[in-house]
Amino acid sequence: MTSELDIFVGNTTLIDEDVYRLWLDGYSVNDAVALRVRSGILEQTGATAGVLQSDTMDHYRTFHMLERLLHAPPKLLHQLIFQIPPSRQALLIERYYTFDEAFVREVLGKKLSKGTKKDLDDISTKTGITLKSCRRQFDNFKRVFKVVEEMRGSLVDNIQQHFLLSDRLARDYAAIVFFANNRFETGKKKLQYLSFGDFAFCAELMIQNWTLGAVDSQMDDMDVDLDKEFLQDLKELKVLVADKDLLDLHKSLVCTALRGKLSVFSEMETNFKNLSRGLVNVAAKLTHNKDVRDLFVDLVEKFVEPCRSDHWPLSDVRLFLNQYSVSVHSLDGFRHQTLWDRYMGTLRGCLLRLYHD
Amino acid sequence: MPGKLKVKIVAGRHLPVMDRASDLTDAFVEVKFGNTTFKTDVYLKSLNPQWNSEWFKFEVDDEDLQDEPLQITVLDHDTYSANDAIGKVYIDIDPLLYSEAATVISGWFPIYDTIHGIRGEINVVVKVDLFNDLNRFRQSSCGVKFFCTTSIPKCYRAVVIHGFVEELVVNEDPEYQWIDRIRTPRASNEARQRLISLMSGELQRKIGLKVLEMRGNAVVGYLQCFDLEGESGLVVRAIGTACTLDKLSSPATFLPACNSPSKEMKESPLVHPPSHGCRSTHNSPIHTATGSRLTQSFSVSVPTLIYTGMGSGSAGKEGGPFKALLRQQTQSALEQREFPFLTLTAFPPGLLVHVGGVVSARSVKLLDRIHNPAFVGIMGNTRSYKLLDWNSFNSDEPETRDAWWAEIRQEIKSHAKALGCHAVVGYSESTSICEEVCILSASGTAAVLSPRFLQEGTVDGSLEQRVEENLPVGCGFCHIPYDELNMPFPAHLTHCYNCRKQKVPDVLFTTIDLPTDAVVIGKGCLIQARLCRLKKKAQAEANATAISNLLPFMEYEVHTQLMNKLKLKGMNALFGLRIQITVGENMLMGLASATGVYLAALPMPGGIQIAGKTPSDGSYEQHISHMQKKINDTIAKNKELYEINPPEVSEEIIGSPIPEPRQRSRLLRSQSESSDEVTELDLSHGKKDAFVLEIDDTDAMEDVHSLLTDVPPPSGFYSCNTEIMPGINNWTSEIQMFTSVRVVRLSSLNLTNQALNKNFNGLCENLLKSLYFKLRSMTPCCLCHVNFTVSLPEDELIQVTVTAVAITFDKNQALQTTKAHAEKSLQRASTDNEELLQFPLELCSDSVPSHAFPAAKEHPESASSNSGTPAAQRAVTVEKASPMGDGNFRNRSAPPCAGSTVGVVKMTPLSFIPGAKITKYLGIINMFFIRETTSLREEGGVSGFLHTFIAEVFAMVRAHVAALGGNAVVSYIMKQCVFMENPSKNQAQCLINVSGDAVVFVRESDLEVMSTQQPAVNCQPTCTGEVTT
Repeated sequence: MTSELDIFVGNTTLIDEDVYRLWLDGYSVNDAVALRVRSGILEQTGATAGVLQSDTMDHYRTFHMLERLLHAPPKLLHQLIFQIPPSRQALLIERYYTFDEAFVREVLGKKLSKGTKKDLDDISTKTGITLKSCRRQFDNFKRVFKVVEEMRGSLVDNIQQHFLLSDRLARDYAAIVFFANNRFETGKKKLQYLSFGDFAFCAELMIQNWTLGAVDSQMDDMDVDLDKEFLQDLKELKVLVADKDLLDLHKSLVCTALRGKLSVFSEMETNFKNLSRGLVNVAAKLTHNKDVRDLFVDLVEKFVEPCRSDHWPLSDVRLFLNQYSVSVHSLDGFRHQTLWDRYMGTLRGCLLRLYHD
Repeated sequence: MPGKLKVKIVAGRHLPVMDRASDLTDAFVEVKFGNTTFKTDVYLKSLNPQWNSEWFKFEVDDEDLQDEPLQITVLDHDTYSANDAIGKVYIDIDPLLYSEAATVISGWFPIYDTIHGIRGEINVVVKVDLFNDLNRFRQSSCGVKFFCTTSIPKCYRAVVIHGFVEELVVNEDPEYQWIDRIRTPRASNEARQRLISLMSGELQRKIGLKVLEMRGNAVVGYLQCFDLEGESGLVVRAIGTACTLDKLSSPATFLPACNSPSKEMKESPLVHPPSHGCRSTHNSPIHTATGSRLTQSFSVSVPTLIYTGMGSGSAGKEGGPFKALLRQQTQSALEQREFPFLTLTAFPPGLLVHVGGVVSARSVKLLDRIHNPAFVGIMGNTRSYKLLDWNSFNSDEPETRDAWWAEIRQEIKSHAKALGCHAVVGYSESTSICEEVCILSASGTAAVLSPRFLQEGTVDGSLEQRVEENLPVGCGFCHIPYDELNMPFPAHLTHCYNCRKQKVPDVLFTTIDLPTDAVVIGKGCLIQARLCRLKKKAQAEANATAISNLLPFMEYEVHTQLMNKLKLKGMNALFGLRIQITVGENMLMGLASATGVYLAALPMPGGIQIAGKTPSDGSYEQHISHMQKKINDTIAKNKELYEINPPEVSEEIIGSPIPEPRQRSRLLRSQSESSDEVTELDLSHGKKDAFVLEIDDTDAMEDVHSLLTDVPPPSGFYSCNTEIMPGINNWTSEIQMFTSVRVVRLSSLNLTNQALNKNFNGLCENLLKSLYFKLRSMTPCCLCHVNFTVSLPEDELIQVTVTAVAITFDKNQALQTTKAHAEKSLQRASTDNEELLQFPLELCSDSVPSHAFPAAKEHPESASSNSGTPAAQRAVTVEKASPMGDGNFRNRSAPPCAGSTVGVVKMTPLSFIPGAKITKYLGIINMFFIRETTSLREEGGVSGFLHTFIAEVFAMVRAHVAALGGNAVVSYIMKQCVFMENPSKNQAQCLINVSGDAVVFVRESDLEVMSTQQPAVNCQPTCTGEVTT
C-alpha cells in the first residue's frame, strides 16, 4: 500500500515553526524528518515515523506554495488563498529574510551577480550552510537590492515598506544593499575579525552622513550611493598632512590636550604623523572607486593595526580620535571645517567600532 | 420585468503577466448575465487595473435571477490576435433576493481559471432592485430562505415544520458531448461549471416553489448533490425540510434587502388554495423494469436493515393509551405528506418524542442514458440549452431517476412504520457510481414526533400539557415507540434506567444529533466500522447482481463491527450514524461513522466474550483467554478514558429484575414491493445470551485483532462526528476547520479481503493519527463533525477525504463533568434558552409574535459596527477594500494595521461558532469548481495540485462570504471531491462541490462590551436592551 496523495488543508494555514526553520535551513524532507525524530518529538507525541513524514511533507508543500508570496511580502498580506493570522504572517516574513552571520560575511560587499551565485557552492562548503539555504539568502539580498536600488527616500524605510521587515532586519538589509552597491571589500584576511554587526554599524553611519540623502533630504534622496561631490571635496583635506606647519600645529594641539590623559601617550606622540597621514590619505583617495572599495582595508591597515600593535586601550582611542577631530577647528589656516566634520564624524564612529580584537 | 441587476467593476489586483514583452497586462472585463453582455474599457499596461466602471444594468425576470449566475470574465486585450481569458468569477446572486440576507455583494473575488487556478483578484459591486410582482402563476420563488444547517437556524424560531421537499434536474454532461472532442479543456470545464450553476439555481427555485405551495418560507437542512453519471448524464438533486420560520430579533433593525420581496412572500401563500398533496410528480413509487432494449434498465433492491437494540423485560402498560392518542394526532398531521421525512438532525424542544432506530434502504441500479430530446447540443450559447426536468418533457421513460428515489423513500417509510414510527428524521440520501452501476442509499432515524410544529393551528393545549408530563426530561426519546406486546421483531426490553416507567431497548442507533436534553454519562467518542469486499469485475447486469448479493453481507458486518466497537468502548448508543457503501471496479467499501455515548436511560452494555470452537489443546485455550483478558482490559480502560461510571442501580428500585446485560439485534428484511430477495438475515447471533465472538478460523481471529487495533486518540483529544461532544461544555473560541485527503494504491499482489480490510483500517487510523499530530498545538481540543468520505477512483486506488473542525476547550472546567448533562454546551444553552422562552407563545402562533420581545434579543449587526469599540469592531468586521461609498453602512472599520486588508472568515461544519452569537444569515453558499492541469509534475505532483486546489476553493468560499458582508460559514460541507489523475500524461482533474450558510457572528465577549457601552455611545436607539445570553 503506497500513498499516492496525502494532503491537509486548514481554513487557517497551519505553520509549524520548527519545520519552517528546517525548511529555511534547506534540509530535504528526509533530513528534516530525521532531525525531528532526533528532537524526541515521537516520544513526546506518540506519533509514528510515517505520521511525521506526512506532516513534514505537508508543511514543506505549504512553504513551497508560500515562497512565491514571500518574495513580495505585501502580496502575502493581500492574497486570499492562505488565511494566516497577522502575527504568523510577520513571523513567516521575518524568518524568511533572516540570514546567517557566516553567510553574510562571505557575500557582504560582493556584487550580487550570477558570478557570485556560482560561488555559493564553495560558500556552502566553507560555512556548513546548505546550498539551498545559501541560495535563498543570496536571492533575498539580490531581490531587496533590485527593488530599492533605484528608489528615492530612506533606504531603511523603503526596505521596510516593500518587504515588511522589522526595523532591525531592515537596517541590516540596508547595510547589505549599501555594501553591495559600493562593493566594499570585506573578505580580506585582515578584516576577518570583523563581524557583520561591525560593518552594518559603519554602513548606517555612512548612509546617514556620506550619501546624497544625507545633505539633500527631499529631492534627490538617494541613500544607496555615496555623495560623489563630497568624495571629490575630500581631496581638500590633504592639506592637513601636506602642509608641514599645519600637521605640526595639529599634532601639538592634540598632544597638549591629551598629555597625562593617555596611557599610551608616548606611542601616540611618535605615531601621530603616521596615523594622521593614514586617515587623511584615506579621505583623499576616495575619489577612485577602487579605493572606495578598499576603505575598510585601509582603515584597518592605517589605523586599527598600528594602534593595536601598540596596545592602545579603546578608551585611549576614543580620547585620541575626539581630540584629533576637535583640534582641527583650532587650525586657523584650515578652511574646510564642515567637510572635515562630515568626514571625521563618521570615520570616528566607524573606527571606534572597528577597533577590537 | 421584476428585477434590475446592477453590477459595477471597480478594480483588479495581482493580475498575471499576460504580455511577456512588457511584463504587463492590458485587462478588461466582460460582465454577462443571461444573454446580455457588457464590457469595461481596456486598462492598459497594469497588473492592478482601476476600471471604476459605470453601473451595468440588467433587466431580468426573477426566474432568471434565481437560475442564472452572474458571470464575470477578465480578459487580456490583444490587438492582433484573439483576446486571452485570464479567468472568471461566478457570483450567485440568490442571497440578494430575499430580505434579511445580504443587500449588496461587494468585495474582492479571486479570478479563477480552471487550468491555472486563481490568477489575481477583482473588486465587484452587485445590487438587485426587485419590483413587486402580482402574478400568482409565476415560476420564481424569490424570498424562500435556504439553510444548509440541519437544525432550526440560531436566530430563527420554527412556527411550522411542513416536511420533506425534494426535486431533481437532469441534463447531458458537457464533458461527454461530441463537441467536447473539439473544444479546449478550459471551454469544456467552464461549460460544466456554468451548467451546474444553472442547474442548481433552477433546482433551488423549484424547491422554493414547492415550499411556497406548502405555505412555508424556508428550507432547512437543504442538501444538494450531483451525480456524475458519465455518459448517461448529470443529475442534480436536492432534499430539504420546508418550514415556516420567524426571526427572533426585531426585524426593524435590519435593512430590507430590496424592494421587499418579503412582504410579497408573506402574503402570497395565503391566496394560494391550500394544497395538501404537495408532491404531484411521484405517481409511480413502484419501479417496473422497463428496459426497452436489452440490459437497458436493471434494478435490484437489496434487503435493508433496521438497526435497533433490544433487551428483555416484562411489559408495562403505562402510557399506552396516551401514546396512541399522540400517535393519532401526529399521524394525521404527517400522513397528508407522501414522505414524512425531516432532514433535520436537531430539533426544537418537544418535537422529538420517541426514537425507533435507524432505517436504511439501498438499491442497485444500472444507469441508462437519460433521454433528453429537447437538448439542442450547442453549448456556450447561453440559454439554448434550457434545462430540462422530468415534468417538462415526455419521452418513453420519463421518470427513471425520480422513480428510483421514490421507490427507496417508500421503502424507508415502510421500515419506519414497522418500527411503530410515523416519521423519519435525520434523513439523507446518497449515491455511489462506478461505470454504469449506481447504488442509491437512503437512511434516517424512525421517530415519533409531537404534532406541535407540524400543523398550523391544530395544537391542542391539553395534549401539549400531557406531553410535558409524560415525557421525563432526558430519556423520553429513548423509550420505544412500538407496542411492546406486538413488536415488529423479537426484542428484549428493560425499564428505563432514568424514569423507571417506560421501556427502553438496550442499544440505540440513530442518525441524528444527540438531543440537547439527553442525559449522558461521561464523554462520547468517534466509532467507525470499516470494511472492504472484493468483487469480480463484471459488466452490466452481472455486475449489479454481484453487488447486490454482496450488500447484505456488508451491512451485516458493518453492523457487527459497530456493535462490537460500541461495547468495547463501554457505551450503549450511537448518534449521527452514517454508513457509506462505495462501489468500485473490483471491490466494495463500507465505512460507518458514528458517535458513541453512554445514555443514562439505557442499560449498561454487556461485555464481549470470546469462544473457541475447537477446544483442542491447552495453548489454544490459553491464547483465547489471553485475548479475552485483553478485551476486558480495553473495556475497562475505555470506561476510564471516557469517564463512564454510571451510578449503581439496586434491583429494588427498578422493580423488575435487571436482565443480564445482553444484546441481540436483528436484520429486518425489507418489506417493500421492489425487493426480490427472499432470504432473511438475522443479526441476532443465534440464541446466545451474551455477545459472543466465535473464533473458529484465522479470519475471525483477525477480526478480533482489528477490534483491538483502534487506538484511542492521544490525551487532550476527543473526537465525534456529531455537532457537539457530549460531556464537554466549555468551548473556547479557537476553531480550525480542515480537509484532509489521502489516496493510496493497493499492491495488486495481495488482494484478499483480509489484506484489504487491514489496509483500509490502517489508512483510516493513520489519517486520524496524522490529524491528532497536526493539531497537537490546539489541545485540549475536540474534533467535531468528523466526516469521512471514501471513493474508489480507479482499480487499485482508495481515496479517503476527511473534513472536520477542531475546537479548543477549557480543560479546567472540562473536568467537572458531573454537571455536564445538566447544562449543555454554552452556545447551545444560550440559544436554547431563547427558544424555550419563545415556546409558550407558539400556542397562539397565528398572530406571529415576531415583535414579542421588542427589546431586541440580539444586537443587530449594524449596532456592532457602529458602537465605537475598536477592539470589538476588529473581531467582527470583514474589511473590504471596496471603494464604494454606498457600501459604508456595512461593517467597516479602519484595518487594524495598515498592511492587512483581508478579513478573517471562519469556516465550520457545525451550525454554531463557539463563544459567538450568529446575528444574521446571509444566504446559502453552493459552489462547484473544476480544476485541471496538463503540467502535473510542475505543480508539485498530485499532492501539490490538490493541495492548491482545495486552498483555492476555501479562498473562493471566504471571498464570497466576505463580499456578502459575512464573517463565517456554518454547516460547511464538502459534498464532492472527485479526483482523477493520469500521471503518465502529466494530467489531473478534480471537481469539488461545497456548500454552507454565510453568516455574521459577534463574539459573546464583544456583545457584553457593547451592551455596556451602548448607552454611552447611543448610536442605535433600538439596541438598548440587555443581551439575554
